[in-house]
Amino acid sequence: MNQAAESIPPVPGRSAGSRATPVGDTFFHGLTAVAAVLVLAIIAGIAVSLILGSAPALAEFGPGFLVSDVWNPVTNNFGAYVAIFGTLVTSAIAMVIAVPVSFGVALFISELAPAWLKRPISVAIELLAAVPSIIYGMWGLFVLAPVMADTIQPWLKTIFGDIPLLGVLVQGPPIGIGVFTAGVILAIMVIPFIASVMRDTFEVVPKVLKESAYATGATTWEVVRHIVLPYTRTGVVGGIMLGLGRALGETMAVTFVIGNSHNIHAGLFHPGNSIAATLANEFTEATGEIYTSALLALGLILFGITLIVLIAARLLLMRLQAGEGR
Amino acid sequence: MKPRLTNPTLIAASAALLAGGAVTANAKVDAIDGAGATFPYPVYSKWAQAYKDEKGVKLNYQAIGSGGGIKQIKAKTVDFGASDAPLKQKELEKAGLMQFPAVMGGVVPVVNAPGVAKGDLTLDGKTFAKIYLGKIKKWNAPAIQKLNPDVDLPDKKITVVHRSDGSGTTWIFTSYLSKVSDAWKNGPGHAKSVAWPAGVGGKGNQGVASYVNRIKGSIGYVEYAYALQNDMAWVQMKNKAGGTVQPNIESFQSAASHADWKNAPGFYMVLTNEPGKESWPITAASYILMHKEQADPQVAQAVLKFYNWSYKQGDEMAKNLDYVPLPSGLIKQIRAKWESQLQGEDGSSVWPPK
Repeated sequence: MNQAAESIPPVPGRSAGSRATPVGDTFFHGLTAVAAVLVLAIIAGIAVSLILGSAPALAEFGPGFLVSDVWNPVTNNFGAYVAIFGTLVTSAIAMVIAVPVSFGVALFISELAPAWLKRPISVAIELLAAVPSIIYGMWGLFVLAPVMADTIQPWLKTIFGDIPLLGVLVQGPPIGIGVFTAGVILAIMVIPFIASVMRDTFEVVPKVLKESAYATGATTWEVVRHIVLPYTRTGVVGGIMLGLGRALGETMAVTFVIGNSHNIHAGLFHPGNSIAATLANEFTEATGEIYTSALLALGLILFGITLIVLIAARLLLMRLQAGEGR
Repeated sequence: MKPRLTNPTLIAASAALLAGGAVTANAKVDAIDGAGATFPYPVYSKWAQAYKDEKGVKLNYQAIGSGGGIKQIKAKTVDFGASDAPLKQKELEKAGLMQFPAVMGGVVPVVNAPGVAKGDLTLDGKTFAKIYLGKIKKWNAPAIQKLNPDVDLPDKKITVVHRSDGSGTTWIFTSYLSKVSDAWKNGPGHAKSVAWPAGVGGKGNQGVASYVNRIKGSIGYVEYAYALQNDMAWVQMKNKAGGTVQPNIESFQSAASHADWKNAPGFYMVLTNEPGKESWPITAASYILMHKEQADPQVAQAVLKFYNWSYKQGDEMAKNLDYVPLPSGLIKQIRAKWESQLQGEDGSSVWPPK
């Protein structure tokens, strides 16, 4: 999103040549610099405390912590695999559902909807984003889970059950509580974030670009594909990353519907666990150094996953930008 | 208590306090802080309200869970901790703590199986453990049918529901399963949270209750009060003596009366699988933890006064909320322990208040 900042035109009435910097400017410069450095310091502080806190568990279990699927507070034997797996799988389900839907919503609002419909849909999207996550959790448990159990999951089983590979995914008891339902809830939660960022970026595409494309006889799809998307790539990827970040770290809503079971299954209907849900469930009652430390290590891993996602997004954007010169 | 003004350091200290304008030595304690188990929270808060109306002393109780209560009292951030799982004598000594039971309750298996009404189903410990181990997978399994010849059990998969958070309720429940099943004892074991071999986890008693209400064919375990308040279909249990009992105040009290409190160091007593034909097999006491040596005896006294009052006046309130008051013989033993174990820094005992 840096590009947006860089492309802001100079303030009118203030020629770029005048380098007069009054005291106020210097002060303001210092103030913003402090704010920016503070963010780095806070992140470093979080990282350091997580590393220190998780050191006992990491020393005890070593790198095997990442791939062990044991989570046994009785024997003080812990592994992060089930939680990592659940975190990644629920986020992946969320992205698979949310990205196309958000794209459609944003495109509809910015390109296709009649003017009288734009406002209501936009407001509805923003309202969805403002709903607290615990409300999504309760709604998921009381409304979505029964629908999942009685209708959607049996239906998915009859459709995909006999197809190789896909059949494995729909394995598990159709009880409406599990990894799949958690993914669906996450999708619903991140759609407003992705959609509103996408909509905002779609709307900054200069009209003249689109109009000239239409003038050459391009269809709406071709305008979107060749004008809007290339122009808004950064914003689109940024919106998806924002959604993914929220999905990875979402706690309460997932805790309500994922089933909170430290067992691993291939089928998505089985109950599972995520890093954030494990922390929310077990932190208050974790007794003993290793148990607490193992939970902090989970926190460190989540921190790491988020970092990797952000770096990957940066690299992706850099590659996209490198290709722009052609 | 009256400070005897003969000790020169005490005089100096009082002088310093007076000079500083902070006279705390005889200030009245008007609030006490406690934290811990969620299970007794409703009755503690009810007692606290009545106590405040009567005596003007406020109790701040944070229901953060038994483990949290133990942590907080060890860190001395609260005046007392509360836990559903008692600490062993060794651990008490190591931390300089003493504990006493405050109130009792029971853990009740609840089911949501088509055609099975409240109290219809009978289970024994072994079968129950097998269900939680994931070995009995269907409601009409021969082991369950044998215990319930007159019940038309559905041909439906059993979904096991357990607690996802560490909890005193789980501690009590797994204590019972460990006593009745070697496979459980040598497998998941006995703790506030264990590696569950099967099923889904709900957060808190309320979480388990709502999962069981949501999922058809499920079985879970909740505190008695939650089973009643949510009007859930509970299971009657075959106990150690072979009797079949319903969960109620009488069967919980029967379990408590069969317990040998006199020979329980530090009141460490787990009331699961107690003898007696009328005893509910998954009964439990909820405990209060305090430091043996009290920096401010007045605060400790205020805590003890509160519980002493609750033992005397709180029975009806407890029963109304579906908790079980302690037997009177036990309360006498508790008061004796207060007297012998709780001391101020100068070695004077905190109880009884002078």
